[in-house]
Amino acid sequence: MNAADTTWMLISTALVLLMTPALAFFYGGLVRAKNALNTMMMSFVSLGCVGVTWFLLGYTLAFGTGSALFGDLSMVLLRGVGLDVAPGSTIPKLLFMAYQGTFAIITAALISGAVVERMRFMAYAAFITLWSLVVYCPVAHWVWGGGWLSRMGALDFAGGTVVHITAATAALVAATFIGPRKDYARQAILPHNVPFTILGAGLLWFGWFGFNGGSALAANGQAVLAFVNTLVAPAATLLVWTALDMTRTGKVTAAGSATGIVVGLVAITPAAGFVSPISALAIGAIAAVPSHFAILYRSRTRLDDSLDVVAAHGLGGTVGALLTGVFADKAWGAPVNGLLFGNPRQFLIQAVAVAATIAFTAGVTLALLKLVAAFGSLKATSNEEGLGLDFSQHGEEAYASGDGALLLLSEALPRSAAQLSPSKGGLL
Amino acid sequence: MKLIIAVIRPEKLPDVLETLYRMDVTGLTATRVQGHGGELERVETYRGTTVRMNLQDKVRLEIGVSDTFVERTVKAIMDAARTGEIGDGKVFVLPLDEVHRIRTGEVGREALTPVGIDPHLETVS
Repeated sequence: MNAADTTWMLISTALVLLMTPALAFFYGGLVRAKNALNTMMMSFVSLGCVGVTWFLLGYTLAFGTGSALFGDLSMVLLRGVGLDVAPGSTIPKLLFMAYQGTFAIITAALISGAVVERMRFMAYAAFITLWSLVVYCPVAHWVWGGGWLSRMGALDFAGGTVVHITAATAALVAATFIGPRKDYARQAILPHNVPFTILGAGLLWFGWFGFNGGSALAANGQAVLAFVNTLVAPAATLLVWTALDMTRTGKVTAAGSATGIVVGLVAITPAAGFVSPISALAIGAIAAVPSHFAILYRSRTRLDDSLDVVAAHGLGGTVGALLTGVFADKAWGAPVNGLLFGNPRQFLIQAVAVAATIAFTAGVTLALLKLVAAFGSLKATSNEEGLGLDFSQHGEEAYASGDGALLLLSEALPRSAAQLSPSKGGLL
Repeated sequence: MKLIIAVIRPEKLPDVLETLYRMDVTGLTATRVQGHGGELERVETYRGTTVRMNLQDKVRLEIGVSDTFVERTVKAIMDAARTGEIGDGKVFVLPLDEVHRIRTGEVGREALTPVGIDPHLETVS
């Protein structure tokens, strides 16, 4: 065991964990006040339900030796995951497991952006818990657990395909399957707290240093490269994004800038430890363009991907994964060169990895949504949407004034309270 | 001239505004208020503290209109704000003695009528 590596990975694990509350702020600011708590809880609940399933079952499904397609059950209930050094690394197995767990948690939480303000909370929690096991764990195995994509030579440094493309594909399927909010395209739906969104983007960036820098699994040169690229790429994306804002409206928008930062972070994720900082600059700058225009286009369609998970994470992740196959550079520690350095085949391998991930995720996600829907409605009623999901799902409000509120003793709950409590949609 | 005061559900405000604008009723004041009518209690729990929210969020609209506009304004609000559930709100119609437009010093009906509409319009569509 190497003390420096272990220290860096302990810090990185904490940094990546912070990204889930950061996402809660990023998403929470973009919704209406009456749905703020529910939206933030959709991220927070992943810390519990995906975290626990990861420890019990998910880790072994993703990182058990298994086959080319799936892991195995050799490490179920963390059996054999101790303080001894993980093979091929210098840190304890237990730390590697925890670090990977924080990735599983945020990936599931990312999906929520497509279904906020309407998906019933219990159905959502059940969905992401199962999704993590049947979609995230297999794809993580393909890329990082010795599965077929890694054997094929696909490059994904910190999770462009595993994290962002899976989450965005699931987001697209879920938004389509559940349907739009009742007010979508009928009324203006505005962010209630853009400062929250900026705070979230800032904390995401901070946490992302652990996400990318930690993916070297050591305190070494590759970690430094990934760390610096995580600084460089979003800066370029932010600049291009604001320039696009300027040309369209003549003003730089704050919500747009926050989104641009996230797109840059997503795009550099698969490439972070494999490309030069100048290539990272190019990846960040290029990635701004498709995502920027996709957001403009999407809002005019019937697809209520409410917080643009597909545009930010799907397109950003795809652009990043493909450009990894262009800019990968052996001189900077990549295992193979990319298209730009005389290896066009790598670009094709990246494209196959992206396509396979999208196809697998879309199919399994759809089946899973149908399964969960069989146990209870996925969508809140129109009345619950009107009241807001904070009250209808959680019995709380983000901004309760408390004026005129009467304290009730628990044994004296009025019977009429039951009449206003949200209707049950089934078992969930 | 009448002053119409309506207390409605916040989530119905966009519908009400849209309907009023379609009726050429464009001058109004909206305020977020809290109130209580006959609706059921709303119970919330914060870390073990259970409370009954007696006051509900509402929006209060104030609209000064000339006599020919009273009926269409009330109808627009009634139609657009109704859900059929308890808590849809109320519309009050009060007599209005004087109106002064601050910018021009116009008084009465001329002061009430939005710019660009004939103040002596008598027909109600």
